[in-house]
Amino acid sequence: MALRSVSRKSLSLGQAVGHVRGLQSFSLPELPYDYGALEPVISGEIMKLHHQKHHQTYITNYNKALEQLDQALAKADSSSIVQLQSAIKFNGGGHINHSIFWKNLAPIRGGGGEPPKASLGWAIDTQFGSLEALIQRVNAEGAALQGSGWVWLALDKELKKLSVQTTANQDPLVTKGSALVPLFGIDVWEHAYYLQYKNVKADYLKNIWKVINWKYVSEVYEKENP
Amino acid sequence: MGSSCYSPSPSSSHLLVTDFFSRGFKSSKLPFLQKRRFDRSQRASKICGYYGLRTPPYKLDALEPYMSLKTLEMHWGGHHRNYVEVLNKQLEKNDILYGFTMDELVKVTYNNGNPLPEFNNAAQVWNHDFFWESMQPGGGDMPKLGVLQQIEKDFGSFTNFREKFVEAALTLFGSGWVWLVLKKEERRLAVIKTSNGICPLVWDDIPIISLDMWEHAYYLDYKNDKGKYVNVFMNHLVSWNAAMARMARAEAFVNLGEPKIPIA
Repeated sequence: MALRSVSRKSLSLGQAVGHVRGLQSFSLPELPYDYGALEPVISGEIMKLHHQKHHQTYITNYNKALEQLDQALAKADSSSIVQLQSAIKFNGGGHINHSIFWKNLAPIRGGGGEPPKASLGWAIDTQFGSLEALIQRVNAEGAALQGSGWVWLALDKELKKLSVQTTANQDPLVTKGSALVPLFGIDVWEHAYYLQYKNVKADYLKNIWKVINWKYVSEVYEKENP
Repeated sequence: MGSSCYSPSPSSSHLLVTDFFSRGFKSSKLPFLQKRRFDRSQRASKICGYYGLRTPPYKLDALEPYMSLKTLEMHWGGHHRNYVEVLNKQLEKNDILYGFTMDELVKVTYNNGNPLPEFNNAAQVWNHDFFWESMQPGGGDMPKLGVLQQIEKDFGSFTNFREKFVEAALTLFGSGWVWLVLKKEERRLAVIKTSNGICPLVWDDIPIISLDMWEHAYYLDYKNDKGKYVNVFMNHLVSWNAAMARMARAEAFVNLGEPKIPIA
């Protein structure tokens, strides 16, 4: 069994906060806008809870699971290693997905909702017919999703094709295909809209397009598709 | 296999298909017009209901302050009602599924693990019926008599059971339910979690108590504080009376006593 090359530092208080025994620990990314900036589409109350409570909890539990994984790896405890995978997938996925989500959104006065142009706009028109068609498709998938999950606009970087995908719970997009890159995702967990839209998920989906940050989405697309 | 239908204890009297039909009796279309008593929504439904929206066995504000009127209105009047309506709409198109009791419909549409499109709605209707009846105003506290005995036998102590139940609720990933069920084969109680709308009936377990852990069940009252919601449920809402009635019925299907083996 290969020994881990990471050295164990005990009680090294001089270490930076993010490194304990060489293990990365993740922290909550800042929102690129104020909590209230996405009103009236998404209320400040929801944004605050979503960011400070839900996302933070995923990160806390992700770090905890990674810490436990580290210990299990050191002891070569296969049973624990395998058992921890679902917690890592769930909480790590939650961290990944929400980190993408905050960047997907922008206040209306900050470019939110402005339709994509250039290569992404063209790709959408070619592959879906029009932006409206894509919106219909995403909304339909989002509405049909049972339970908790995400709707994604995905780019298959090998086939160079766009597609609409859904994932359950906090599964990241890669679980649907290793070549899939998330261009944007819409959180359809109830916590993402309940306080404002109650059970009318369709209204949330209809309105969120007003704050989608197409500029960022285009950047991601162009990076994968130069 | 003998009838393994297990209906939750009947609550208020109003039209519902459940105890009416027995297995094998497949009638042609039998629309049941249902009177809506708590219709707070403005929508007029033109659907001839095949299944009715069962009202909880207490007024919608009776669970305050532990579960608000607003939540009940939204959860029962919005979500639960929606499941019933969508189910009925689906059944309009599907002759084969007429005439079942709700229990039977859940098992049939589960289709042994390959669920039909109607399953989610049927199961969620059943789940919510069961859930409302798993709570009562002035609930919580401890079970008594047979239920307590069985819990102590199968979990060691009530405290241990409570811990397991709460832990299950808090470690559920995504949307789902937590249940106290009586397992037929093993003849013992167990705490289980199910995802989305899955209902332990499909595994032939007998549900005794359930807790809805979908976010819509607690978000308006507790936001993301799941722990508080679960503890409030255990301390103030759970209906051990309902559990007792269900256990009593369950004993018709499961022999919980030691087998009496005659000595030659």
